[in-house]
This record gives sequence, structure tokens and C-alpha cells, in this order.
Amino acid sequence: MKRILVGIKRVVDFNVRIRVRPDGSGVVTDGVKMSVNPFDEIALEEALRIKERGGAAEVIVATVGPADTQQQLRSALAMGADRALHVQADGVIEPLVAARALLKLVEREQPFLVILGKQAIDDDNGQTGQVLAALWNRPQATYASRLEILGDTTARVTREVDAGLETLEVDLPAVITTDLRLNEPRYVKLPDIMKAKKKPLETLTLAALGVEQRQQLKLARFEPPPQRQKGIRVKDAAELVAQLKKKGIL
Amino acid sequence: MPRVLIVAEHDGGRLNVSTARCVSCARALNEAELTIAVCAADPGAVAAQAAQLAGVTRVLAVANPANTHALAAVLAPQIVALAGPYTHVLGPSTTFGKDLMARVAGLLGAPQVSDIMGIESPSRFRRPIYAGNAILTVEAEAGVKVVGTVRMASFEAAGGGGSAPIEKVALSVELPAHTRFISVSAAKTDRPDLLTAARVVSGGRALGSAEGFKILYSLADKLGAAVGASRAAVDAGYAPNEMQVGQTGKIIAPELYVAVGISGAIQHLTGIKDARTIVAINKDGEAPIFEVADFGLVGDLFQIIPELEKLV
Ligand SMILES: Cc1cc2nc3c(=O)[nH]c(=O)nc-3n(C[C@H](O)[C@H](O)[C@H](O)COP(=O)(O)OP(=O)(O)OC[C@H]3O[C@@H](n4cnc5c(N)ncnc54)[C@H](O)[C@@H]3O)c2cc1C
Ligand SMILES: Nc1ncnc2c1ncn2[C@@H]1O[C@H](COP(=O)(O)O)[C@@H](O)[C@H]1O
Repeated sequence: MKRILVGIKRVVDFNVRIRVRPDGSGVVTDGVKMSVNPFDEIALEEALRIKERGGAAEVIVATVGPADTQQQLRSALAMGADRALHVQADGVIEPLVAARALLKLVEREQPFLVILGKQAIDDDNGQTGQVLAALWNRPQATYASRLEILGDTTARVTREVDAGLETLEVDLPAVITTDLRLNEPRYVKLPDIMKAKKKPLETLTLAALGVEQRQQLKLARFEPPPQRQKGIRVKDAAELVAQLKKKGIL
Repeated sequence: MPRVLIVAEHDGGRLNVSTARCVSCARALNEAELTIAVCAADPGAVAAQAAQLAGVTRVLAVANPANTHALAAVLAPQIVALAGPYTHVLGPSTTFGKDLMARVAGLLGAPQVSDIMGIESPSRFRRPIYAGNAILTVEAEAGVKVVGTVRMASFEAAGGGGSAPIEKVALSVELPAHTRFISVSAAKTDRPDLLTAARVVSGGRALGSAEGFKILYSLADKLGAAVGASRAAVDAGYAPNEMQVGQTGKIIAPELYVAVGISGAIQHLTGIKDARTIVAINKDGEAPIFEVADFGLVGDLFQIIPELEKLV
């Protein structure tokens, strides 16, 4: 069966203005809205479109995280994924651990395509897709803004790079990571939320997959960023230019 | 003592300034040795430029036709083959470096510190998280090799004047053929590069169209500035993707940043925090961009920008 595996990470919603705890031990997450990482919604949307075009038979979503992450898996099922895999793990999950766990799922499910986000908007690591591709010894096409599946063996991917747009051809299976312009994710409809409750969600553990939850980077301290000084208002273009000249900028 | 390997970014002929910024980051490690690896089809010219950077101990030149285009899957095993003796393997936090270094980290089973903005010790690093709304200090486990990407806005480019020896290295590693370069489309422009420009004029959704953006190009040309854009402007097709500034676009630190018709969402602000002077032009006096602006001007951009262009 032709399967696509999509990684889902639970993150603080992009609209939340995050605050650092006064003791520097982390950021405040109590009562804060949590969502599917926006890049993962794009990843899922792309997988669903490929399936809807007849290019895949099944879309599986997977997450590595604490029990709460099942909420995000349910959202993904409501969006249209066929089934979900939850690898239960508490505490810090480094990209290497997430990738090792995802690799185990890949070996089990044999997808022809794995789509992840280019970065999680909480840790801003931007690593997991590349690490997975390395461990799997398969191609990676990161920062995708266009994805074409050519037959059964290759994909053509347009990537958003610093210089502009780059196009690669990769053999399948491959790991793709999504950029913002790949697509616009659909909205979930209420009946789909009800339906999602009946879709299969399987829970596994890191231990059962044989993955050690190693933490190689200790999170030593969290601080708020330095604040910029609030500036002044100018009344028109002439005053702006005068001020910039005074500061020696123009 | 830290021994640092830096992966050079280049276009086959010219070393990207991102590499000189990595050198500054490496030097903050109090390194005992600083090596730059140049993987190219014909690394000669780039290696010569790398050898001139101040503080570099040696340059390793790896020639292979497979390196004609920078493909992470092809470069990563070569970097891994070189990485053995080094305590730190660094690359720039550009799309080149972000794509490649995490693959290197994966092959090494090493932790990666993304977007290094400061160094407290050879094993303690500062980096932004949550779109720059928090700064995290991480401490690497004793004895592990650390892979890192260097946040470009946090380090000045190292100077020249060096004359490090260049060693040709022949690697016998198997390179994959599963990833093939097809093409790259980069807009030809005479404007300065957005990542390194001293002045940047950026436009948002308010510009209304690609046509509307032209008034910014015209102002930018008078200022000798690069042009940037918000995500909303890129999504709407007013500006190409390489112009996006922010958390998921380019992080920049120009002397002067002029935000035109940009509201100032946190995802945008994180890309400009290190600008020396920020100017905001917006018709909404309550827009969050004014909270970070050194000079704020409330009004209609379509009136203000042409006026400004005449005055500069
Ligand atoms: C995962 C994720 C990643 C993101 N990454 C980025 C990123 O990297 N970079 C980024 O920029 N955004 C990013 N965003 C989007 C961000 O949240 C905002 O939506 C975006 O920055 C808004 O762009 P804008 O300011 O151009 O548009 P708007 O918020 O719509 O603001 C337009 C502004 O123009 C003003 N205006 C309108 N007409 C005029 C006029 N005639 N004259 C003067 N002013 C006028 C308005 O008052 C308003 O303030 C990201 C979002 C997500 C979810
Ligand atoms: N714990 C996780 N579970 C599932 N997918 C993940 C996890 N962590 C990261 N990912 C995927 O990898 C992408 C990049 O994450 P990161 O490397 O943390 O920035 C995310 O957008 C997800 O698609």
C-alpha cells in the first residue's frame, strides 16, 4: 500500500506571546493555547492532496510526545489523516530522538514519502527532517514550495532557498520538509471532528521501539530577549530625514 | 581545547560572507585550531579566499565533480569523513547551512545547536527560541562533538590578512546518486544582498500588489538599500520568497531598516531585532511595529514614500 507518513508536533500556538518564567526554568505554558505546528499542517495538507489525486492510499500522522499530543493527532485526523501513531514520551525530545523514533515507524510502515515541517515554531530547531533522512540514508528536500510526484520512483521538489528557488529531483522514498508557500491548509469541519474520534490512534512507547531518550543538550537557562528602546514619533517625511541625518544614518 | 571545523558556503567561485561570520563565532570558542572545509568541483579559488580569513589554521580543499551544486545528501558524508578530530563542526544558519548541518549531525549522532547567537564556553551556547521571544542557553554533554549553525546577525565577518595553508584532501567515501540538482532560479539584481545589506527597505501587505512594490524598489535604489518583505507580501505574490524577513525567512541586522506597511507580527520582528535603527511607516498608529521602531511615522505610505524618495 502506498503510504505517506507526516510528522506532527504539538507547539504553543503562533498567536501566543510567549513569556519566560521568572526563575528562568522555561516558558509559561500553563493555560496557553496549543496547536499543531503550522508547518506540519502544511505537510499534512500536501499529503492529503497527493492522496486525493490518487497518488497515495493512506496518510499516517505520527508524533513523539506526552499524552497531551493526542489532541493534535485528533486534529490531524479531523483534517483527513487516516490513522495516527503516538509515541509516548515525556520531557525533552531532541531532534535526534524524534528522528530515531520516526525511523522506527518508517521501517514499520514503509512509506514512499515522509513529510515534516521545516521547523517547529517552539524550539526553532529545523533539524528533524534532515536528521531522519540521514539516519534512513535517503534523500531530503527541505523548504519545499512545490512537490510533484513523478511516477513511482521520483519526486521533483522546488525549494525556497536564500538565492531564490531551487529544483531538485529525488528518488523515492524521500523526506520532504515544508515551507510556507507549499499550500494553504484546509479548515476542519465540525462533522470531521466527530468522525476523527473513531479513526485509529495507536499508542507506542520509545522503549518499545528500542529508542533511548538521550538528552545531549541540557537546557540551562531561559531568558527574555533584550528589549529595544521605544523610539519617537516624527510628523512627516522631512522630519524623518532630518532625524536620520542627525543620527548619522543618512 | 576546541578544534573547530567550518563548512564553507560558496557558489563554486566565490566564498560567501557567511563563512567569515562562522569564523568569528569559532574564534569566540577560544579555539586551538580552526579549519575550513571547501567542498567543490574545483575548490582552488574558494579555498584561496578562505585561507585569507584572519585566524584560520588551515583550509581543506575537497575536489569532486559531485560537488558542483551544493546538495546536502552529497556533502554530508564528506563533512563527516573530515569531522573526526574536531570538537565542533559549524556552518552558517543560511538555507545552505541549515539544510546541510542537520544532516551532518544526524550522520554523526551528534547534537546540533541551531542559530548560535552567543558563546559562553566551548560547551555553552545561547540561541533564540519561540521566534526570538526567549533566549535559551544550552549546555552540551561533556565530551560530545557539537554541530552548530551560526546565526548570521549575531557575528561580524572576520577580517582578512591571513595566509593559512591549503591542503588538498582526497576522500574515499561513497556519495549517493539519489538526489539530483535540476535548476536554480535567482532573480538577477544589482541591489545589495538582503542578508548583508547595510540598509533595507521592506514592504508588507499594504503595498497591495507587485506593482505597488515598485515604489519601494525606487526608494531602495536611492538609498542603496536591499528590499525585503513580510510573509503576507510574499504569500500574496507581491514579492519573491527570497525577500521574506522573519522567523521563517531571513534574519538580518542592517544599520537601517525601514518597515513600510508592515504591522510588526512577532514572526516578522524576530528577523529585524538586531537592526541598528528601525523606521516604521504605517497608517495605524497602534500597529505593534511602532513598539520597536526608533522612528515612527503614522500615515499613508503611498503619500509618504514618494516624498521620502525626493528628500534622500
Ligand atoms: C508559522 C508562521 C511563520 C511566519 N513567519 C513569518 C516570517 O518569517 N516573516 C513575516 O513577516 N511573517 C511571518 N509570519 C506571518 C506573521 O504572523 C504576519 O501574518 C505577517 O508578518 C503580516 O504581514 P504584514 O505586516 O505585511 O501584514 P498585516 O499584518 O496585514 O499588516 C499590514 C499593515 O499595513 C498597514 N497599512 C495598510 N495600508 C496602509 C497604507 N496605505 N499606508 C501605511 N500603512 C498601511 C496596516 O495598518 C497594517 O499594520 C509567520 C506566520 C506563521 C504562522
Ligand atoms: N516530537 C516530534 N514528533 C513528531 N514530529 C516531530 C517531532 N519533533 C519534530 N517533528 C517534525 O520535525 C519538524 C521540524 O522540527 P524541529 O527539528 O524540532 O524544528 C516538525 O515540523 C515536525 O514535522
